[in-house]
Amino acid sequence: MGDYLSQIAELFSQYDIVGAFWVNIQLTFWAAILSLVLGTVLALMRISPIVSLQWAGAAYVNVLRNTPLTIIMTFMVLGIWTQLQISLAQDFATNFFRFAVVGLTIYHAAFVCEAIRSGVNTVPLGQAEAARAIGLPFLPAARLIILPQAFRGAIAPLGNTLIALLKNSTVAVAASVSTETATLMREMIENNSSVIFGIFFIFAIGFVILVIPIGLLTTSLSTRLAVRR
Amino acid sequence: MADETPSPSDARGSAQDAHPDASASSPDLGEPLVELHGVNKHFGDLHVLRDIDLTVRRGEVLVVIGPSGSGKSTLCRAINRLETIDAGEIRIDGQPLPEEGKALARLRADVGMVFQAFNLFAHKTILDNVTLGPVKVRREKSKDAKERALALLDRVGVKNQAEKMPAQLSGGQQQRVAIARALAMRPKVMLFDEPTSALDPEMINEVLDVMVALAREGMTMIVVTHEMGFARKAGNRVVFMSDGQIVEEAHPEEFFTAPRSERAKDFLSKILTH
Ligand SMILES: Nc1ncnc2c1ncn2[C@@H]1O[C@H](COP(=O)(O)OP(=O)(O)OP(=O)(O)O)[C@@H](O)[C@H]1O
Ligand SMILES: [Mg+2]
Repeated sequence: MGDYLSQIAELFSQYDIVGAFWVNIQLTFWAAILSLVLGTVLALMRISPIVSLQWAGAAYVNVLRNTPLTIIMTFMVLGIWTQLQISLAQDFATNFFRFAVVGLTIYHAAFVCEAIRSGVNTVPLGQAEAARAIGLPFLPAARLIILPQAFRGAIAPLGNTLIALLKNSTVAVAASVSTETATLMREMIENNSSVIFGIFFIFAIGFVILVIPIGLLTTSLSTRLAVRR
Repeated sequence: MADETPSPSDARGSAQDAHPDASASSPDLGEPLVELHGVNKHFGDLHVLRDIDLTVRRGEVLVVIGPSGSGKSTLCRAINRLETIDAGEIRIDGQPLPEEGKALARLRADVGMVFQAFNLFAHKTILDNVTLGPVKVRREKSKDAKERALALLDRVGVKNQAEKMPAQLSGGQQQRVAIARALAMRPKVMLFDEPTSALDPEMINEVLDVMVALAREGMTMIVVTHEMGFARKAGNRVVFMSDGQIVEEAHPEEFFTAPRSERAKDFLSKILTH
């Protein structure tokens, strides 16, 4: 038993486990910001009075949300980079990192859009009507009245999307990001077959430690920021 | 006004005029401000507005009354185009209602609307509710807007609540803020859609008092309400709607004491018995 634990402890000095998690955190950070922006634009399209925009927004969401992330990530590298020869950075590692961020972003933006739309549904119709009645056009009404309330109503589903994004950031392995956790775990298991369960638990617990605070934070925020009616 | 369009309801009958088509507006009222000509609206198979012709003159207080589902709200909402219409024409101050976009937003700024459910912006303070339109739509300086908002809040008696959130106010207070918010836009006409029917009885009068004062100051108002006291005190004319039609137009006193149509008699007998 003591032997097992010391073997595990040994792994921490042998491999940069914290560094691998840091890569996932960075992927998540950038993809979260960008997917929040893209998801908000998509949500605006879906609630806009312009039918063609509604349609385009709905089409985007339904295609991207139903495409497996691995397919998107693989396509990023094999399709966009290898075949179309579009690169996002000179240096290989940065290039793959950025492709992974783009892949995570376009996929999760669909979920962000739906989370925001569920937030919009918590805003009574009368709010939009009052905004229109004082002469606010669609975009100012959305920016000043609808979205601020919708975001507060969408904190819980946005938190769930963020948690999914953090876990899904391991799919960056499909975009050849070789420093993140899934890749490292594979390497560690291949070289240390006697402690495979220990290795699994290191990564599992690592993600649990990252995910739980997000859940707690969003739960407390969503009650604290709830719009009182 | 040069583009004044004659229509049957334009005839300036006196308050005592018993002719069914004559409007009962008092003779000192101004030129037409809100004009509806042949307005029709369907919700699917339901014909909610049928050939509505209606003219409201500057300074006039028009009370709209009628049974549930008769199209009163739809009429109100059509006037600032929260509902589109299928046929006919609506003019505000001589201008036809724009279809959409900036021009429509500009027109809506000139038409104040007070809703049954108040609809104050729930995430903004009382003061911000009132200054938002002037600052974001009228592009007033925020200092000036704030000053005027406080004066308006004072006028409706809720100045001491300026920093609170809407949910912290009573229904009557919220509705008075909603009136102040609409007034802050310096509207040409104000629409009220059952402004007191979501209120507890003890709060109805504080809102009606504000509306009566507004009417006395010469605001043009279209008020959907079953409050007879208000109609008698402040109304220049009552239109009675039933099944999407204007069935009767009369001076308030005349309408409540001697309704002409069967449907109005029937309706009044129902609201008078409780
Ligand atoms: N958005 C809508 N879609 C479909 N039908 C509607 C819609 N809005 C109103 N209606 C219907 O149109 C009719 C007229 O509605 P409206 O709200 O104008 O009546 P109202 O006279 O204001 O009634 P109330 O006194 O109950 O407020 C009703 O039968 C109503 O059910
Ligand atoms: Mg109604």
